[in-house]
Amino acid sequence: MEELILSARGLNLYYGENHALKDISIDIPERRITALIGPSGCGKSTFLRTINRMNDLIPNVKITGSLTYRGQEIYAPEQDVTDLRKRIGMVFQKPNPFPMSIYDNVAYGPRTHGTRNKVKLDEIVEESLRGAAIWDEVKDRLKKSALGLSGGQQQRLCIARALAVKPDVLLMDEATSALDPISTAKIEDLAAELKNDYTIIMVTHNMQQAARISDNTAFFLLGELVEFGETEQMFSMPQDKRTEDYITGRFG
Amino acid sequence: MKRAQKINPLEAGMHGLFFLCGFVAVAFVLVITVYLVISGLPAIREIGPVNFLLGTTWDSKNKTNPQYGILPFILTSIYGTAGAIVVGVPIGFLTAVFLAKVAPPKVAAVIRPAVDLLAGIPSVVYGMVGMVVLLPAIRELFQLRAGDTLLAAILVLAVMILPSIISVSETALRSVPREYEEASLALGATEIETYFRVTVPAAKSGVAAAVVLGVGRAIGEAMAIMMVAGNAPNMPGLFKSVKFLTTAVASEMSYASDGTLHKMALFSIGLVLFIFIMMINVVLNAILKGEKE
Amino acid sequence: MEEANIMPQTALEVCRNEKCRGKGLSMGRKIYDRGLRGLVWLCAGLTCTLLVFLIGYIFYRGLPNLSLEFLTTQESLLKGTMGILPAIQNTLYVVGVTLVIALPLGVGAAVYLTEYASNRRLVTTIEFATETLSGIPSILYALVGYLAFSKTLGLGYSLLAASLTLAMMNLPTIIRTTQESLKTVPQGYREGALGLGSGKWHMIRTIVLPGSIDGIVTGCILSVGRIVGESAVLLYVGGMDGTMNNFFASLDKFAHSSGATLTVQLYVFAKERAMMDPAFAVAVVLLVLTFLINLAAKVVGKRLRQR
Repeated sequence: MEELILSARGLNLYYGENHALKDISIDIPERRITALIGPSGCGKSTFLRTINRMNDLIPNVKITGSLTYRGQEIYAPEQDVTDLRKRIGMVFQKPNPFPMSIYDNVAYGPRTHGTRNKVKLDEIVEESLRGAAIWDEVKDRLKKSALGLSGGQQQRLCIARALAVKPDVLLMDEATSALDPISTAKIEDLAAELKNDYTIIMVTHNMQQAARISDNTAFFLLGELVEFGETEQMFSMPQDKRTEDYITGRFG
Repeated sequence: MKRAQKINPLEAGMHGLFFLCGFVAVAFVLVITVYLVISGLPAIREIGPVNFLLGTTWDSKNKTNPQYGILPFILTSIYGTAGAIVVGVPIGFLTAVFLAKVAPPKVAAVIRPAVDLLAGIPSVVYGMVGMVVLLPAIRELFQLRAGDTLLAAILVLAVMILPSIISVSETALRSVPREYEEASLALGATEIETYFRVTVPAAKSGVAAAVVLGVGRAIGEAMAIMMVAGNAPNMPGLFKSVKFLTTAVASEMSYASDGTLHKMALFSIGLVLFIFIMMINVVLNAILKGEKE
Repeated sequence: MEEANIMPQTALEVCRNEKCRGKGLSMGRKIYDRGLRGLVWLCAGLTCTLLVFLIGYIFYRGLPNLSLEFLTTQESLLKGTMGILPAIQNTLYVVGVTLVIALPLGVGAAVYLTEYASNRRLVTTIEFATETLSGIPSILYALVGYLAFSKTLGLGYSLLAASLTLAMMNLPTIIRTTQESLKTVPQGYREGALGLGSGKWHMIRTIVLPGSIDGIVTGCILSVGRIVGESAVLLYVGGMDGTMNNFFASLDKFAHSSGATLTVQLYVFAKERAMMDPAFAVAVVLLVLTFLINLAAKVVGKRLRQR
């Protein structure tokens, strides 16, 4: 039996009057890639951002129900948000390296969390860049601005930046949608490798991508979780008519 | 076809007219430069550039042996501007952080127009409030004979540059892409850590522009500080009555008689000030251009 | 608001970040976070205190001295009146004359830059000149205005000489705001008009200028604000008389009348004559004017953005 890492029970989210997530219940296993699919506006990104509490930044958000990470309520009053976000890293849709050097980008997280030792930082930076399969491309230009990298390299740098704080879970919000096919393939390979050490939850609008690399898939529609199961199962034998319609391309 | 090739006199005339309008700005700059140089150079030549720029005594009232050294004015302008920056920039910059990032939107919506109002208040009003409120306070607080000091001028200048520092920095902070901040928050940084370690460095050229703009404002201000600085040509000291480059011109313009070396020396001070301002403009343009790239 | 329809295991409200901000941070991070947050609030508080104090103090000192008589009479020992009507009149004269000179020049320059100029270097030169003009402090304008208009043109200490100087000073503002709003006129309009065979001037007059009227008005309002607030130029070029002018009695009067505007009047009251009560009353008038000018600029600016 695989370990569960994240569980939602009856999770509802409102943006003011707008009921954006409706009664979501889901169990996400450890060290697997879970893909969240669905048409735009279905709530998949909202759900992803609920996991590391990035929705806190939006005014008038109300959440009810339960969402736990390793048995801990994510929205409990005593929850330390910075610590939660350190454990649950995130990679965004658009590559967003800081306008600093490559080194400083990766070192940003560890420095924030109190690592000042130069030798230690060097170690973490190298390890993270290797982990994101970009070390060889940037090792000679660590002090150069990260904005000089290509889009695909920037995105892998952002993954390295997320890895540098040694997270447990990695959230990827359509992390390849702004990239060319070759860079996309590189990131997919990377994700497949990263799942040996990390739990990955990825939002994607690309169903082939979900089918290629994910272990489990969750299908969202209009704020509801329609179906959740093993990817192979879901793509070959969807249980729900709506899932079938979506993956066969009848809408979306 | 034939008609189209013919130049319409009205069109050509308007084109010429608009060109002239466009050229007027250039002409004005030339007029200003030429007047300041032509009227400013004779006195410098007569007094000698070294005596003029580095002389520490300005004694225009002495009938037999007048002295025209403007080093006290130059240093006072530099000290006063630096002081205003030291006091005004941190307050203005942190207020900008507050307005752009920390403040609840409703609070910011009340403060912003008030800051705009501050920017529009005429400088003589600042000078007057300084005279009435600041000078007695400084006199009492530091047990001085008079409150008209460099310190008073610095404080008035600091308040006067505050609005431009705030609004330019705020614009710069707001234009930092939200994605940078999200990335930092997602790494477990707090909001404050994010603002100061990511947003501010990303906005640094805008903030630098705000500072340089503040320097330009402070070094060019005349009327307000003329009302609070005491206007004695001393070498600068925080508690001394001082004269700035601007106030030297402003306070003596009306009583220096035409054609005298004294009046010409005032024009020379104008030229020195003009050179200072041009240098600041060059720096400002370099910063703004660097930001665009 | 509708309630969740399914019984949740544990119902919880979003814990807004204010409540659990920085929980469990290390000591160093806590100090950094709290310290800087405190500093930001402190400085914002300082700015606000300053604002409230300045505005409050000016009104507190000035309002009791403000009356209809103060605004509508001139100072007269015989009649025993103490008014600033001449200053108001002089201010209006200066604002009017300055705008009449600066507006056509500024709008024309902006039209040239956006519609005609094709030589990149020329545009850069003009724009550099504009930026330079806007960076020159008013005391230098006062010097040059004195030399060029009072002396060379023989206008002496006069409001006309001051207005000419202020026109130089406000040219950049009008050019910039007009240029910004000219850029918002869609290129298609221009092509449409030219495609119908109208000449360039005709196109500018009928399409471009009407479409950028908001920007031109904004430029005017900002200039009015600067003219009203200006003092150095007016003091050293315009003179400081507190008596009524009759500008329109003759051409000579129009060119050679000198006098104090509101700011100069305030300066004279406060610094030369140590009469603080009327000085503060003038300050209230200036403050209210500034407020109205800002308000007008904001309203017009909003209309401009909506386009």
